Amino acid sequence: MNILTARKRAQGLGSAKSGTEHHWSMIVTSVGLIVLIPAFVFTFGQALGGTHEEVIAYYQRPFPAIVAILTFLVGFIHFRGGVQTMIEDYVHGLLEKVLIVAMICLSYAAAATGVFAVAKIAL
Amino acid sequence: MVQFTLPKNSKIRTGKTWPKPEGATNLRKFQIYRWNPDDGENPRVDTYWVDMDSCGPMVLDAIIKIKNEIDPTLTFRRSCREGICGSCAMNIDGINTLACIYGMDEIKGDVKIYPLPHMPVVKDLIPDLTHFYAQHEAVMPWLETKTNTPAKEWRQSVEDREKLDGLYECVMCACCSTACPSYWWNGDKYLGPAALLHAYRWIIDSRDEATGERLDDLEDPFKLYRCHTIMNCAKTCPKGLNPAKAIANIKKMMVERAV
Repeated sequence: MNILTARKRAQGLGSAKSGTEHHWSMIVTSVGLIVLIPAFVFTFGQALGGTHEEVIAYYQRPFPAIVAILTFLVGFIHFRGGVQTMIEDYVHGLLEKVLIVAMICLSYAAAATGVFAVAKIAL
Repeated sequence: MVQFTLPKNSKIRTGKTWPKPEGATNLRKFQIYRWNPDDGENPRVDTYWVDMDSCGPMVLDAIIKIKNEIDPTLTFRRSCREGICGSCAMNIDGINTLACIYGMDEIKGDVKIYPLPHMPVVKDLIPDLTHFYAQHEAVMPWLETKTNTPAKEWRQSVEDREKLDGLYECVMCACCSTACPSYWWNGDKYLGPAALLHAYRWIIDSRDEATGERLDDLEDPFKLYRCHTIMNCAKTCPKGLNPAKAIANIKKMMVERAV
């Protein structure tokens, strides 16, 4: 049991002097995804239903490949920020840190996998 | 980790049903949360019947009548009975509001009254607001100046004064903060809508000279950025204020000075 004043409890460890960067990053990636998600759906839709050769040929063109790569990158940066916030909201203590590290690794791994797949087709 | 169920000793049980007043024809049923820290029992919901022909129109009128005429042990805060002091904040019909300005004609069916959600209960309808008040104090809700105090007064233009409208009216009833899920889960670190509305009231005050320091103190992933614009605060505020907008304006100022 800690005997602390109410003011000390309210102030906690003070300000972390951070958070704005994360907030701004979420805004920027949101705006990016407003453009990228429809573009990705449109380009992916074009390739959908085609034969293997047609899809390979389609993703060898620069526009669909770049849209797909940007969607993976921006999407997973946004995902990373959003899920981190969600974990911070609901989980506390050591598990919170473990989940955040795992989620960051997962996000970057998924983004890298997507970029590698498109690059392999396109190049 | 967030708890989604109440601990065993906090589970609410069905309480006592008090007798109906004799001779009354216009009765209304009230279900009120009761908990006494001294008896070691779980919380319960007691049922009361109030004769509406001899009762005022507001929920506070009814619970004062219950205390005076039926059950003197029913405990709640009240003072001004006109929405100025913020004392009688409670959860009525699922909404955090002030009992003194919430009309019973706005409620369909039984009147269900609980203390403000997710706060420690002192007794019956009285929540412990110690931490809430300390958070308010932590945002320094007073004028901070560095310039020598003028001989007459700190001057403010009419336009600058108008910026305080919608902020200064807050009566610190805690309805907004206790309606906020972010405050429920992280109330120890997140300042909550009420404290942040007050913080913005002083940040935006043209006479205050500690704007930068105030923003510095708030720049924190939890103190400020736990607000996810859920908007429960604006929906529930009995004074019709919009703390979410004030918080959004603080975030805008944070971005403005960084980008």
